[in-house]
Amino acid sequence: MNSLYGTRIFTQIIALISGLIFLGGVFTSTVYAKPENSTFTNSLKLLAQINYKKKEAGIDMLAASNDPRSIDVVKALIGGKLYYVKKNKVVVFANKKEAIYEITSVLTGENLGPIKKRKLKKINTNNRIRTKIKLILNRLNLNHPEPQVRLKAANIILEDLNEGNKDILIAKLATETNVEVRKVLVIASDIADLTSSEPEKQLKALGNLSGCLIPVVYKTLTQLIETEKNKSVKNEIRAVLAGIETRRSIFAFFETLFFGLSQGSIFVLAAIGLAITFGVIGVINMAHGELIMIGAYTTFVIQLLMPNSIGLSLFLAVPAAFIVSGCIGIIIERTVIRFLYGRPLETLLATFGISLVLQQAVRTIFSPLNQSVKTPEWMSGSIMINEVFSLTMNRVVILIFLLIVFSGLLLVMKKTSIGLRVRAVSQNRNMARAMGVHAASIDALTFGLGSGIAGVAGVALSQLTNVGPNLGQAYIIDSFMVVVFGGVGNLWGTLIAGLSLGTANKFIEPFAGPVLAKILILVFIIIFIQKRPMGLFPQKGRAAVA
Amino acid sequence: MIFKQYFNNAGISVLFLSILGVITLGVPFLNLVIPADNPFHLSTYTMTIFGKYLTYALLAISVDLVWGYLGILSLGHGAFFALGGYGMGMYLMRQIGPRGEYGHPVLPDFMVFLNWQELPWFWHGFQWFWFAMLMAVLIPMLLSVLFGWFAFKSRVTGVYLSIITQALTYSLLLAFFRNEMGFGGNNGLTDFKDILGFPLQADSTRAALFAASGVALGLGYLACRFIIKSKLGRVCMAIRDSEDRTLFIGYKVSHIKLCIFAFSAALAGVAGALYVPQVGIINPSEFSPLNSIEIVIWVAVGGRATLYGAVVGAVIVNYSKTFLTAAMPEVWLFALGALFILVTILIPDGFVGLFSKKKEAA
Repeated sequence: MNSLYGTRIFTQIIALISGLIFLGGVFTSTVYAKPENSTFTNSLKLLAQINYKKKEAGIDMLAASNDPRSIDVVKALIGGKLYYVKKNKVVVFANKKEAIYEITSVLTGENLGPIKKRKLKKINTNNRIRTKIKLILNRLNLNHPEPQVRLKAANIILEDLNEGNKDILIAKLATETNVEVRKVLVIASDIADLTSSEPEKQLKALGNLSGCLIPVVYKTLTQLIETEKNKSVKNEIRAVLAGIETRRSIFAFFETLFFGLSQGSIFVLAAIGLAITFGVIGVINMAHGELIMIGAYTTFVIQLLMPNSIGLSLFLAVPAAFIVSGCIGIIIERTVIRFLYGRPLETLLATFGISLVLQQAVRTIFSPLNQSVKTPEWMSGSIMINEVFSLTMNRVVILIFLLIVFSGLLLVMKKTSIGLRVRAVSQNRNMARAMGVHAASIDALTFGLGSGIAGVAGVALSQLTNVGPNLGQAYIIDSFMVVVFGGVGNLWGTLIAGLSLGTANKFIEPFAGPVLAKILILVFIIIFIQKRPMGLFPQKGRAAVA
Repeated sequence: MIFKQYFNNAGISVLFLSILGVITLGVPFLNLVIPADNPFHLSTYTMTIFGKYLTYALLAISVDLVWGYLGILSLGHGAFFALGGYGMGMYLMRQIGPRGEYGHPVLPDFMVFLNWQELPWFWHGFQWFWFAMLMAVLIPMLLSVLFGWFAFKSRVTGVYLSIITQALTYSLLLAFFRNEMGFGGNNGLTDFKDILGFPLQADSTRAALFAASGVALGLGYLACRFIIKSKLGRVCMAIRDSEDRTLFIGYKVSHIKLCIFAFSAALAGVAGALYVPQVGIINPSEFSPLNSIEIVIWVAVGGRATLYGAVVGAVIVNYSKTFLTAAMPEVWLFALGALFILVTILIPDGFVGLFSKKKEAA
């Protein structure tokens, strides 16, 4: 009992010190007269109420109590581990062990032993409370020993800077030693200086904030320019704002460009297989979209087989999807398409039939519903260049992936003997046959290659969109547009066409909305094809005539 | 060979038109005059379904005219059909008047729902039947002329043309899905009440619509046949078989293509206008590329370049669709896919071709 009392006093002293340093406030409750922090106990009482307003008040009190236990309490509250015992309303931390809960009193830290679930009541939270808790956690994290945690907390508070929390950051400036964290705190103090009544202070703060891209700076400045009386300060604000706006628009441009390129890389990935089947052997493969879909489903199946290593499964999915889609492609070529060479319109219809069969097969085997394909951790998140410009990680990965696939394909076509034979057959079939190239097997191989690439595209798409039986249909028209726009039989043309269409799409979107942007692009291509039927980069020479 | 087919076709045409005539008169008779308990009575439901097939058949003829005789594989004819349908749908919407859910005297329900204050300009005039019908024909024609003028002038042919026709219907699909377009968005136009003052649900109105579809199909067939048998028709076939040669001989290939394409679009528009009051709804899904490509398969199944083959194909495929989607819904796409593959590989002349070849051999 004695030792317990000792700990209690110790914690109280810690709380006292922390209260003095961190908030600059005065710790009001008398430690020795009352063994327990009354604000803290009262806040717990409020937390155990059903009414959310009272809970909120309880949380405010908790934050004001400066009790070191409060951080555990709010963490447990947000994690859904804070309960109270129904009988005596004692607030406890509860750990679930099978059907029984192991509970510890919040107030005393005493282990109250196992208890049945029905004797406990969980302290529920709502959105408002959770937002509040996060804010409080940030305040508490501002004093965390890890500088990274402090930096994050400081940034989050800065984002939502107001009269209430401004002083916390400024006060922290006195004790903070880490350079990165100090930068954030200095910005906060500059923002505070902006609203001061001394023009000199204001001008100095403006000088410091010039070119700063943090949204809250921009927000404060736009508000300030309305209310500021002093002329020279007002002019300075205007100049700083103009500078910030220019920088923002430059980065906005780069962001749109990046989104456009990533959209374009998806177009190219979807279309590049088609560029081979359509461009090199002249087969209109309407089932191309379904081969993409099969690639995406291969990813799904491999993830099902190895649910514990999502990242590795993605690496395995690439060759697997290539093989699965490629084999299906070869089967399609051997059973259907080879009977239809030289009859492009019939090929179009037959492959459309194949696409229907494949779609329905997937619907029957899996389900008509979308499947969820997981994204590995290294692909989620984003690379932050600065406050207004960040690159989404999965899009960066797909852009790089496209470049790898494209250069791989280019190497196969230009540097290997198979590539040589494929090009020979596509340029002059009869001559190639006379030279001893087995044209029929080259056709099958080329078709398999194109289909395999479609499958690889499916792996990439599975990380971006819903994987369902209709996945392919959404891309088939876009893919044809890209191939036709770039010029049939030209891999570089496909790359440039896809990237430029994607970029154009993203640049039109802000003005016209996504649907209209898509329609405008389609209309543009329809008109473009009529002006230049052979696309951007038409094939030259005799092959073009044949 | 082609000439021989013509002279043979004269007999077949008479046969086809007489069968069509018997159906056009007989089906409404069986539905209206024969009492419901008689085994020969035809339910209104069945009649409506067959009425739908007749409009599909007219659509198939319009595709056969451009694909079979002109060599243009249009994967966008569903767009013309749907535009005709929207023309009729707009008329039917205006006919609802104050009887809608929201009871607004002029605005259709969906506009009230979207908080629109007045009728968009393009909805004016559709309260008159004649105007709506004119538009149902003119708008598809206008679109086809605009599209064809660009495409045929710059000599876009073959699969390129097919793909851009598909892009055309796809972009219309996207556009009509938008609520801001003013065509009811996703839900399209529905809840129709009456046409020319006759209630749409009544048996007699249904019978009249059926008969109208039959007559339209007959007239459409005759008109196409007239074109094909004329000198213009022969030039069409010359274009189909060798476009360059026809061009070098001195024919204005692009003008001829444009005329036939526009006429075909108009026929598709008429078919759409007759389709909508019978099924009671028109929505953007009619623009979907799958629909347009299905029309092509009707023609391929029946037999290209015969006209009556297109009718046979449309009825066979759609009957099996109605049957299969009800009995075994998951099999339908397999069946349709297999049909695409098998017909193109095994019987490129379609069922009609199978039949006439046997006759030739005998």
